[in-house]
Amino acid sequence: MTSIKADDIVWVNVDKAMMDDILGPRVEIADNLVKMGAKIWDPQKVVIVSDHYTPPANIKQANIVKFTRDWASENKVSNYYEFAGPCHQVMVDKGHVVPGTVVVGTDSHTTTYGALTCFSSGIGSTEMSGVLATGQIWMKVPQTIHINWDGELHPGVMAKDVSLHTIKHLGHAGATYKSMEYDGSSIRHMIMDERMCLSNMAVEAGAKAGIIGYDQITAEYMKRRFGITDDFSQFNSDADANYIQTLNFDASQLVPQVACPHEVDNVFNVVDVNDVKVNQVYIGSCTGGRYHDLKMAAELLKGKTVEPTIRVLVSPASKDIYNECLKDGILSILADAGCIILGSTCGACLGVHSGNIGDHEVCVSTTNRNFLGRMGSKSSGVYLVSPLTAAATALTGKLTDPRKFL
Amino acid sequence: MTKGKVWKYKDNINTDIITPPESMELDIKSAAKYCMANLDPTFADGFQPGDIFVCEHNLGSGSSRETAPLCLKELGVRIVIAMDYARIFYRNCINVGIIVLECPDTDKISKDDMLDVDYLTGIILNETTGQTYHCNPIPTHIAQIIEKGGLINYISDKLRKS
Repeated sequence: MTSIKADDIVWVNVDKAMMDDILGPRVEIADNLVKMGAKIWDPQKVVIVSDHYTPPANIKQANIVKFTRDWASENKVSNYYEFAGPCHQVMVDKGHVVPGTVVVGTDSHTTTYGALTCFSSGIGSTEMSGVLATGQIWMKVPQTIHINWDGELHPGVMAKDVSLHTIKHLGHAGATYKSMEYDGSSIRHMIMDERMCLSNMAVEAGAKAGIIGYDQITAEYMKRRFGITDDFSQFNSDADANYIQTLNFDASQLVPQVACPHEVDNVFNVVDVNDVKVNQVYIGSCTGGRYHDLKMAAELLKGKTVEPTIRVLVSPASKDIYNECLKDGILSILADAGCIILGSTCGACLGVHSGNIGDHEVCVSTTNRNFLGRMGSKSSGVYLVSPLTAAATALTGKLTDPRKFL
Repeated sequence: MTKGKVWKYKDNINTDIITPPESMELDIKSAAKYCMANLDPTFADGFQPGDIFVCEHNLGSGSSRETAPLCLKELGVRIVIAMDYARIFYRNCINVGIIVLECPDTDKISKDDMLDVDYLTGIILNETTGQTYHCNPIPTHIAQIIEKGGLINYISDKLRKS
């Protein structure tokens, strides 16, 4: 095996290529393949998930999903999903992500699979056309930022808080062209649902990948869900690896965090942001809609009633999670508290359906971006928080530290 | 050499700003009418082909949406200049055939300045102020893709040769 080092530019074989409905075949890709006279190099290595426009809000969206479905079928892509939930969770739920592999996807949060020690990154549609034709992509080997979180997180503090606090320190371009590697005793104790939030958000600091080393938690996850018992520890960083930067954090000092509009690194302690009145709370997405997220929200909301003047929307991060939460009574607890349970979709997160916000409205959300106009009107504002902070906010109608209810 | 009038913005012009979510279900020609609309409603109508899009730090952060460079291209953007870029946007621009220059001095450039850009040497003359700026050279592998007119032509060549 040829050795490579940071900053080398190499052509890489892709193990899985993921496309969604919004930036998949319909943007350039279908046309480009025709232009190149190329066929998909290996349809078994391609996964297509219609998730942004499901369920469609109008005829245009319905036709985009139809196009995507038909294209998948014509191109013999049997791994096609729709109404199954946001692509990143579906990729993991359905076993398309394996440690030590390279995955690219037409969505920036493809970094999510770093939680399973997979090198995964978002790419554009033209770039995906090249991957589909050749099975390869050029990459500059990134330098790596080592991020250590040591110690125990207090009750009420979640991976989302860890992520937001890290991004605050790095800045939203602090990891551009680089990989982030999360490590330390806090991360080693974190369950996979929480780790996926960290890797998902790595791109919000500009990172190409957000890796977490393979360990007992990863091994148990792969075995329990997919019966995979191989040892992938050879893909971990060497003990003497060079890092371009190391950040050390004490988890015991961390309190609930919030990213205020309109940048993800505009981060404060929730207790220091006063009197943000809220119109909508959203618990969902590939960042904050996993089983553990909904379970934590349900534990906080159990037997209580959400503030009646606001709307509280819950969208499990996949149909599998929806079913699991349904079976375990989590959805009933949330519904009884006054939450609206939506299907599993990307719709609200990027403001295309199922929860857009109006002029001057405020949404407190477990999603990953709070850019100008992200969830609707350009005069609206999105505050990014953990599922526990979102649940606490749902009870009071204003941004609230969840520790108040624990 | 390419001469053009500047449309100038500052930091963190992300892909949600360049192509707002509500425009994304449209085809590129229609979506381009909403390009930058949340920040500058005059952009889509006012931008003339050949004008130059200039920003400061972290241009193109956020979503991988290639609609952002495609809509800019549709409006006639051939060159973008910024201090630094988010990586997916940088790659997307190259892949669709937009020349991306990294220039540390874009804070000295203002809206409506006339620039004379030699993208091969990376030298920019600001005719309005008389200043000269130097860009980072375009890396060789990227120059190869640009020479072919974008990634699709580059790959087509590669496929033919194999």
